[in-house]
Amino acid sequence: MSNSYIGKSIPRMESFEKVTGIAKYVHDMALPGMLYAKILTSPHAHARIVSIDKSEAEKLPGVKAVLVGSELPYKLGLYLIDKDILAKGKVRYQGEAVAAVAAESEEIARRAIELIKVEYEPLTPVFDPVEAIQEDAPLVHEDLGSYDYMKGVFNPIAGTNIANHFKLRKGDVEKGFKDSYRIFENEYTMPQVNHVPLETHAVIAEWTKSGRINIYTSAQSPFAVRNLMSIAFKIPHSKIHVRVPYVGGGFGGKAGIHLEPLAACLSKKAGGRPVKIVASREEEFNTIPSRQGLTARIKTGVSEEGRVLAQEIVYYWDAGAYADYGVNIGRASGYSGAGPYEIENVKLDSYTIYTNHPFGTAYRGFGHVEFFWAIERQMDIIARELGIDPYEFRMKNLLKPGSITITGEKIRENTGRVDKCLKTVVEAIEWGEQKTEEEKQEEFKKGKVTGKGFAVLHKAPAMPTFTSCSAIIKFNEDGSVNVVVSGVDYGQGTYTALAQIAAEVLKMPIEKVHMVWECDTDTGPYDWQTVASRFTFMGGNAIIKAAHDAIDQMKEVASAVLRAPKDELEIGNEKIYVKHNPDEFLTYREVAMGYTYPNGNSIGGPIIGRGKYIAQGLTNLDPETGQGLPALDWTYGAHAVEIEVDVRTGELELKKVVSAFDVGKVVNKLLCEGQVVGGVVQGIGTSLYEGFVYTPDGRLLTNSFTDYKIPTSKDIPDVVEPLFVETPQLDGPFGARGVAEHPMISVHAAIGNAIYNAIGVDIMELPITSERIWRAIKEKERRDQRAKTLKG
Amino acid sequence: MGREELLKKEITVTVNGETFTKSVSCNKTLLSFLRDDLYLTGTKEGCGEGECGACTVIMDGKPVNSCLVLAVEAGGHEILTIEGLSRNGELHPIQEAFIRHQGIQCGFCTPGMIMSAKALLDRNPHPTEEEIKDAISGNLCRCTGYKPIINAVKDVAERGEKR
Repeated sequence: MSNSYIGKSIPRMESFEKVTGIAKYVHDMALPGMLYAKILTSPHAHARIVSIDKSEAEKLPGVKAVLVGSELPYKLGLYLIDKDILAKGKVRYQGEAVAAVAAESEEIARRAIELIKVEYEPLTPVFDPVEAIQEDAPLVHEDLGSYDYMKGVFNPIAGTNIANHFKLRKGDVEKGFKDSYRIFENEYTMPQVNHVPLETHAVIAEWTKSGRINIYTSAQSPFAVRNLMSIAFKIPHSKIHVRVPYVGGGFGGKAGIHLEPLAACLSKKAGGRPVKIVASREEEFNTIPSRQGLTARIKTGVSEEGRVLAQEIVYYWDAGAYADYGVNIGRASGYSGAGPYEIENVKLDSYTIYTNHPFGTAYRGFGHVEFFWAIERQMDIIARELGIDPYEFRMKNLLKPGSITITGEKIRENTGRVDKCLKTVVEAIEWGEQKTEEEKQEEFKKGKVTGKGFAVLHKAPAMPTFTSCSAIIKFNEDGSVNVVVSGVDYGQGTYTALAQIAAEVLKMPIEKVHMVWECDTDTGPYDWQTVASRFTFMGGNAIIKAAHDAIDQMKEVASAVLRAPKDELEIGNEKIYVKHNPDEFLTYREVAMGYTYPNGNSIGGPIIGRGKYIAQGLTNLDPETGQGLPALDWTYGAHAVEIEVDVRTGELELKKVVSAFDVGKVVNKLLCEGQVVGGVVQGIGTSLYEGFVYTPDGRLLTNSFTDYKIPTSKDIPDVVEPLFVETPQLDGPFGARGVAEHPMISVHAAIGNAIYNAIGVDIMELPITSERIWRAIKEKERRDQRAKTLKG
Repeated sequence: MGREELLKKEITVTVNGETFTKSVSCNKTLLSFLRDDLYLTGTKEGCGEGECGACTVIMDGKPVNSCLVLAVEAGGHEILTIEGLSRNGELHPIQEAFIRHQGIQCGFCTPGMIMSAKALLDRNPHPTEEEIKDAISGNLCRCTGYKPIINAVKDVAERGEKR
């Protein structure tokens, strides 16, 4: 039954639980004696907290704890420790948590919140990241110089708003520009956007009088929650117990640590009673972090034949008020920030910049959705100006086996093929013959114009060099297995893929492989975080090793019972048998808990397989040049789209999206396709509709579904076609690499390129709203008219 | 009689075929009544403002956002929630189709989505694709991109399975 489970389309194993409402999320849970918490948030983007009076709130019957920042001597942060649990001294964004109440009911907590009086003294805010790094800009963190951070990896600059400056230098850009036939300089922007998981963040925490902290949370990374709490509270890891049941979507927004410390502190103050906090939808938009905004400036020098000779890139990240994952996004977007192209001379500066916006965090794509908007629009603009087909132009410059990346990594045959992905999608939309000017004019007159466009992408997991994970395979009495991992399946379907891998290696029916659903830091094996599209890759490898460990243990027992050397034993059909005499066998069931001879003697014991995997060969990057090996595996991809624009209204209809990814090996086609279709539609949201809008004083206007629109069933293209290229990743499980984030990257650029193809206007800012298209059309008409008048 | 009691009202409501008589606060939503009083947590809350559809249940044959219906308004009516859809462990054809097509990822929108689909197919067993999109347009899903959900509903309609 070789390879029978790998590549098979198997529905999610937890499907029954989910279609019947049995699946329990933190939202659905309650503990005896549980209190409910509410948060008071700041109405100002930047203000000094003059005083807080909570006495009235504390008097309200049913209120068990009221907390303000000054009571909490803890600081939090993933890579740069810059955040208080509740604002202390000043608030840095509108929506920031200032005080919190735990009470007998949500209603009492809500009333108590209204009784807390806070006096603020407004400070000058700063919102634009480019303005925020000017010398006279107001400082968001005056004490940046005293903050602790991960040294050797990040580079915050004291006395500025720069939380991290990532530098990359390859070759000599000045010489490259000198040798260039033409140079192109452009600026592109993308606003902040929200993840919008359907389940908002939810947590139940209890800080018992015995000093233990027990947590149920809707988190992507239980061990990261435990580790960060341990560091912040200076409590041993063993005294913190984090459990994660079903999670209603994350997309990176639940990757770090959010409401857990606050719930724990409220519980402590309330004498150890469990406290539940569920973020309201408004808090999900306004208090909990979103995707960082980006302003990108790119200068590209090219030869007459269309080779990119030099590229100078500056990324200004709008990190908002706190660094969170933002500094690592700046770093990841730095080392891969020129796209999957071979460019000899690159100078790249990626600044993660504090502003007085709600802060940024990880979101599907981790910087790549943002910067690919710039890179892939830029490539199309250059090709067009040079009179070269954008497909041909990219093909000349894309990474191929033998190419050297901007960090000095050599691309190999088994790294994956971005050129194949591009070829696949370009063929699928029948790119080729372009419309004549007359045909375009004719279409324009009719009011609806069609266009085609495409864009490429790449991404590797952005993670520390020492990222590791582990897996346990426990045999049950009946010969079935429980597989325990600590990455979370919050909808991606990884557990199903991992079960397929386990069943494949153990050569047993997948029905007998039970993935233990609830993650539990007390009993589960360590895993760093469920982020970066790395779970199938790393978790899969750990499971393969755990399965082999279990098989080895079973062979040990069988070797004695069957009186055959271990290396002459084989497994199959839930049996361990002698290779040359398959009739001599033991079943898994017979050895699962130890084998018993007819006379009662027993050997072996419970079979527990153990497997681990740690990222191999990654290096810290040179702080001055960014050179080194940052990437475990690269997943390449490309999208091509067909659109129609109504030139009278600017309305855009997305008719077709074709996407191809080099996933190495498709482990589960049904679920892989699900990732692609879902990711593409999420990418369409970012492309066309989504983006934070603020008042001039920094109040978020788009903090509800009334004002922040995500795609509905009526907004999706007629066709979304997922295609896969399979260049096996030699160190991936069965050759597989990750594909969770990638479908969302570069959808916008493909659409932006198609818009130019259709109507000859360049959109440089996201989202590409109808209004923006309409304004661009009007602007072009004015320009064309002026040109005509001048000619006449 | 205390103030709290004055603000309460006794209602009789049928949920998934079972009749309940309970005293509820006048400001309690149907969503909260189902989840907190009857422990039917399959119905989810995604926004509490009637914008996301995660709390969709069927009231007298029509899909409603249960976060916008007061429990007292549900008195005297028949409510069907996701828990009432499968019978004796046997899934409803819509649930089976959601599994076949994997119109599920994180699962949080799934109960509401299935209830909207059920209400549609009950009143229109053979909807067009546009009608399906219309019927679920009030149910937000961030994971699937809707395609597999639409395909699942189409599949049920084509097979003509009913229950």
